Amino acid sequence: MTAERKIVEISEAMEEIPGGNRGLLYEENLLWEKERSDEPGVDLPEPEGIKLRTGQPARGDIGLPQVSEPQVMRHFVRLSTWNYSIDHGFFPLGSCTMKHNPRLNEKIARFPGFAHVHPLQPESTAQGALRVMFELQEILGELTGLPGVCLAPAAGAHGELAGIMTIRRAHDAKGQSHRNIMLVPDSAHGTNPATAAMCGYELKVIPTKETGRMTVAAFKEALGDGKNVAGMMVTNPNTCGLFESDILEISKLLHEAGGYFYGDGANFNALVGKARPGALGVDVMHINLHKTFSTPHGGGGPGSGPICVTKDLAPYLPVPVVEKRGETFRLAYEDERKETMGRLKGFTGQFGMHVRALSYILSHGADGLKQVAEDAVLSANYILSQLKGDYHAPFGGPCMHECLLTDKFQKDSGVTTIDIAKTLCENGIHPMTVYFPLVVAGAMLIEPTETESKDSIDRFITVMKKIAADVKAGDTDKFHNFPENTPRQRLDEVTAAREPKLRWRA
Amino acid sequence: MADALKYTKEHEWLKLEGGNVAVIGITEYAQDALGDLVFVELPEIGRKVGKGDSFAVVESVKTAAEVYSPVSGEVAAINDNLSSDPELIKKSLEEGWIAKIKITNPADLEGLMDKAAYDEFLSKQE
Repeated sequence: MTAERKIVEISEAMEEIPGGNRGLLYEENLLWEKERSDEPGVDLPEPEGIKLRTGQPARGDIGLPQVSEPQVMRHFVRLSTWNYSIDHGFFPLGSCTMKHNPRLNEKIARFPGFAHVHPLQPESTAQGALRVMFELQEILGELTGLPGVCLAPAAGAHGELAGIMTIRRAHDAKGQSHRNIMLVPDSAHGTNPATAAMCGYELKVIPTKETGRMTVAAFKEALGDGKNVAGMMVTNPNTCGLFESDILEISKLLHEAGGYFYGDGANFNALVGKARPGALGVDVMHINLHKTFSTPHGGGGPGSGPICVTKDLAPYLPVPVVEKRGETFRLAYEDERKETMGRLKGFTGQFGMHVRALSYILSHGADGLKQVAEDAVLSANYILSQLKGDYHAPFGGPCMHECLLTDKFQKDSGVTTIDIAKTLCENGIHPMTVYFPLVVAGAMLIEPTETESKDSIDRFITVMKKIAADVKAGDTDKFHNFPENTPRQRLDEVTAAREPKLRWRA
Repeated sequence: MADALKYTKEHEWLKLEGGNVAVIGITEYAQDALGDLVFVELPEIGRKVGKGDSFAVVESVKTAAEVYSPVSGEVAAINDNLSSDPELIKKSLEEGWIAKIKITNPADLEGLMDKAAYDEFLSKQE
């Protein structure tokens, strides 16, 4: 059966049965609204003979809803059925790399020696866990070409913060504290300028609107004499899904001016195993283990954002860093790493994610990781090639691991990117990233990843083509009401933003 | 929009008032691109801004966009009404201006576009 045929059958079935696939979807109230004082969750004996030294009563009402265990179970299980995740369906969120989380990683992370290890137990009893962290450091250093690695940061933006603080510290150490400008292209992830501002830098934007890429000329203009430039933050491939082809020349100019090159690792999935960012001039980079290295992403997390730096910058890394002395693995802290910025996170960071990432890397091997990048790029180009006649592709192709389309062909009909996204929800597909990057109007940024089958990508293409065809045929009214088959229908986002209600009870 | 206005590539409009005060807002093109406005972050009166510096933020459901000053100077007045009704930006120049900036370097005005040049610039936009 072709994908086209499947869609037609599904949509016909929905029309025949009012409510469509909502038959077993339960409306679910808040636990507070269920509260019934005669149904406490747990029956505890009255405390007797206990007198608190503070004089307070031994038991007080702390204001939790009184519901039974089955009610609690059903509450959360029902809510979970409203959720959408990568385990549920296609999730082509651009620049987010929502890929399958292999179950092997989950199995390994649940080994008792990993799952039950305690951060305060003596290092001599946690050698296996420390070895996992050490080996992950080594491999990330190899893959990025940046040998100084700290696994501590808790997520991508946290890694960015650690990275820019590393740069700041390096300038301070060299008597270059006056450098106060950070260069950021206008296609950057929003976290880049936010991080630079958090670290006290002034932003200077490198325009990329014309071609979707940084040009040497635009970079030179932003750099100026470079005397006050601390560094540059660039995602490569960028958020238009394009490789920054002038990056070698640009990084050379930046280094000559005394600045450091921060590489945002969000899009590393396109390069892993193929190119080392260090060889492209990157001095500092964060890695999203929850993107490129397949640890859970989104609600399932937690994220993990190790940073990788050049040998020169390694002394400034946060602590702890795992070191190997002889055959022994150990955590090195401030007392040994005198130039460190200190700690950014309790204990060692997200150890459970370190285990999963190492499991992912070792189970793929060097050849497997290379194929990850190749297949990710192939998938995105397949989508681009199939849809570029139906949707405007502002920078043509080929692309890297994600492709950028816009609503330019549709918007005169009144159907815009937001309507297209909501129609995908209607068809059981999570929307792509919308209205980002900001360098094009009505952006739709699509990242299928290498873990999607051709079937699921074809289904997405079929739905997207059907939307474009309906718009072309003038059948546009329905788009403003979608989604109708979801637990909640079209939300009034404008009122929600203008008059936010932050409590369920007024 | 009135012909006497000056425009920037970042889609701000500027109207001169009393010779050395620039009244600044965002153009219809920017308003359309942003969609429904939900919030405007205004600068403090007295704040010094350089040409090209961001001095306000306009937030819509889609995105938050910086508003850049076409001139160097000092914030002389802000349109407080926008705090409670951001959509006023779309009404008219009189109701939708964002801030008034006292110009310190009149030469800043020279590089700005007139209506014809801005329309030409727009016709080349995606």
